[in-house]
Amino acid sequence: MSSTDVSKMNPTAAKPKINIAGLLIEGRAFGALLVIIIFFSLMSPNYLTVSNLLIMSSHVAIYGILAIGMLLVILTGGIDLSVGSVLGLAGIIAGFLMQGITINSFGVILYPPVWAVTVMTLAFGAFLGSITGVLVAYLRVPSFVATLGILYVARGIALLITNGLTYNNLGGNETYGNTGFDWLGFNRLFGIPVSVIILALLAAIFGIILARSAFGRWIYATGGNQRAAELSGVPVPFVHICVYALSGMLASVAGLVLSSQLTSAGPTAGFTYEMIAIAAVVIGGASLNGGRGTVRGTMLGAFVIGFLSDGLVIIGVSAYWQTVFTGAVIVLAVLLNSLQYGGKRF
Amino acid sequence: MDTSIFPTSEPETSDIVLSARNVAKTFGSIQALKGVNFDVRRGQVTSLFGENGAGKSTLMKILSGVYKPTSGTIILDGEPIEFDSSTDARNHGISIIHQELSLAPNMTVRDNIFMGREIRTMKGVDFAEEERQCRLLLAELEENIDPKTRVEELRLGQQQIVEIARALSVNSRILIMDEPTSALSASEVEVLFKVIRDLKSRGVSIVYISHHLEEALQITDHAVVLRDGNMTAYAPRGDIDLEWIVRHMVGEHFNLGTPPTGYEFGDTVLKVGAVTVVDATGNQKLVDELSLEVRAGEIVCIYGLMGAGRTELLECLAGRLAARQGRVHLHGRDITRASIAERIAEGLVLVPEDRQRDGLVQTMTIGQNLSLANLLRLVRGPFTSKRLEREHVDNAIRRTTVKAGSPDHLIGSLSGGNQQKVVIGKMWSTNPKAILLDEPSRGIDIGAKAEVFRLLAEGAREGLAVLYTTSEVGECLSVAHRIIVMHKGKISAEFGSDVTKARIMAASGEAVVH
Repeated sequence: MSSTDVSKMNPTAAKPKINIAGLLIEGRAFGALLVIIIFFSLMSPNYLTVSNLLIMSSHVAIYGILAIGMLLVILTGGIDLSVGSVLGLAGIIAGFLMQGITINSFGVILYPPVWAVTVMTLAFGAFLGSITGVLVAYLRVPSFVATLGILYVARGIALLITNGLTYNNLGGNETYGNTGFDWLGFNRLFGIPVSVIILALLAAIFGIILARSAFGRWIYATGGNQRAAELSGVPVPFVHICVYALSGMLASVAGLVLSSQLTSAGPTAGFTYEMIAIAAVVIGGASLNGGRGTVRGTMLGAFVIGFLSDGLVIIGVSAYWQTVFTGAVIVLAVLLNSLQYGGKRF
Repeated sequence: MDTSIFPTSEPETSDIVLSARNVAKTFGSIQALKGVNFDVRRGQVTSLFGENGAGKSTLMKILSGVYKPTSGTIILDGEPIEFDSSTDARNHGISIIHQELSLAPNMTVRDNIFMGREIRTMKGVDFAEEERQCRLLLAELEENIDPKTRVEELRLGQQQIVEIARALSVNSRILIMDEPTSALSASEVEVLFKVIRDLKSRGVSIVYISHHLEEALQITDHAVVLRDGNMTAYAPRGDIDLEWIVRHMVGEHFNLGTPPTGYEFGDTVLKVGAVTVVDATGNQKLVDELSLEVRAGEIVCIYGLMGAGRTELLECLAGRLAARQGRVHLHGRDITRASIAERIAEGLVLVPEDRQRDGLVQTMTIGQNLSLANLLRLVRGPFTSKRLEREHVDNAIRRTTVKAGSPDHLIGSLSGGNQQKVVIGKMWSTNPKAILLDEPSRGIDIGAKAEVFRLLAEGAREGLAVLYTTSEVGECLSVAHRIIVMHKGKISAEFGSDVTKARIMAASGEAVVH
């Protein structure tokens, strides 16, 4: 620490002042979302309708759920590239279980009920994530490399299980007692798609965990300064394993929702979704160096991306241009991030 | 205040190469400098004294083109000048060596010295010529470093020399050194001072900043003291002494305290038995079968040079480094295999040496830092209790006398001394039985130092076992009841509080300087 600058800060000087530039940077995701909604409402009368908002939200749910997990990992200073593949593999695992497990020695086929399929799929996602966690926490593999490995392994397993084909018809069969898989993707509670409710619940739960629990504080501390956290008694390896396991589990949730929406599970589902999740987190104002970011911001980021790409579809912009626009938004977000955090020497 | 000998508004003599007139600098609403006059004389050393936050580094960054002054002028060779950047300043012959070295550790000495101005030929970089010039430079500095060594393999002292060599290689006329000796051993400091004298004789002007006042007095020709962004005193070396500097820095007399007395020590709290710590390669013993005991209420100081193994010993006791052999007992319980968190729960905590790297989470607020080590005790139901946390933080702030506007401000808004108090407060608030402090006074001003030592004395009085390290002899002779000197991983001597500085330094393997 050099002996300059802020050391003589007095209490009144540090109080937040009304600062237009500061507000723009702080509320950028919210501002961007407003701009997007206003722009597309003007361009298309169908954009700002309840039904369209709900449909777009159910698309956002997939990215949003992934992005929550991604946020946890990014807050600890890591990155999880495997979420897209884990999402795809989770759908395949669910599809595989729905088709029934043949046990040759008894000559029977077991059809686990949907709740059991869900539990097993989530457990599998958490398991994959905890492998990453162990690699990062104990074997000191950089998270980028560890999750890149899992990305390929998970995608490969998904292709192996299905032989490259897609599980169709995940609706289940009355006689086997395993119907109800499409509930996640199709049903509505109080007129709201179940997937959106799940997103809202998860956002609320993880928002509270991050803001209020000791575990949440440990996550921020680990990302802010791992060495200081260790010396303060924070169980850093445990934190690492937990965030990757949670990210894997949330990716599985997203996988279940997606395959339920499609009532099919393909081995290439979720391809490059990790990038969208990272983008949502970054647009939401989190620092890729760790230690800074909120669930609220990340949710705004997910909605910015979802509402932008759906809006472009609605006004008939080509898919190629959509990609360009999404990229431009990401660069803009990162630019604002570096304006916000860049001046500080961490 | 001593106003009689301030430099006048007009630089009068021709030997002044660089001067600042009425230079002020504000950051947002903070006034770091409030109109300072400062002169650098040709071929002389001008030292700048002041506590943390007095504005020393800000002034140096303005002189070296890193910052632009909010108002005031910089005069180089009698002409007003404005630097666009530090590169611009360097082209005018002004170089700065920062407190944190700015070398690329993964590159060689040669590549570092010529970084950004490689000698290019048609065939690419002329490494042979670079190496030749590099050898010449290092020979001038009497440092036997192979230009092809990677910087990370050098000792900190040698890295400092490389920084100086780099500044000289661009023909700097004015060299600004910000805390150059903070990482050097006594013998390395001697080398540096020799280099500085040599530079002076070649007409190079030096601006020297150091917390180590006695050291600075050995080398300086002029002294300037800053306090709260104002210049409070200025005098040539002949007119001043240590007491004069301290008086102008803090505005009052100071001592670092005396060992607390008037009570009996309790039982042995910390017992270290023949502990050995080896380096990453496993070959070199950093701590060599070291044994010591600290009793409740006792303050023990470990003195030693850089590399004596002090930090490794404390990190091993705290659970960050594994002991190859030996045992550590706390209140009779063997904690040799316990994790850091378990040791904290048992009552053994470490305040690390480098607070930026190991002590603070910079992304968090003052309050969040203070409660970090104690979070689990603040949990009610599934969440941390806001009320309990607030009480805990308020207690810690009061206890360690942190001067903070609000615990919700970012930790970076505090001065170095107050940040150190936060690190101490964080560990202290876990109710430890023994507290280890690695160089608790590093990089903090003399006022904060005195407060830190007062805290230690208070803690000891309440029955805490205190073990701290230092590399400044003056700090051994403050609150410590017992002084242990470490040399090459072993205890080379042990003294009571009545020992002299000279005996401590002799036992540490340091040349007796005075």
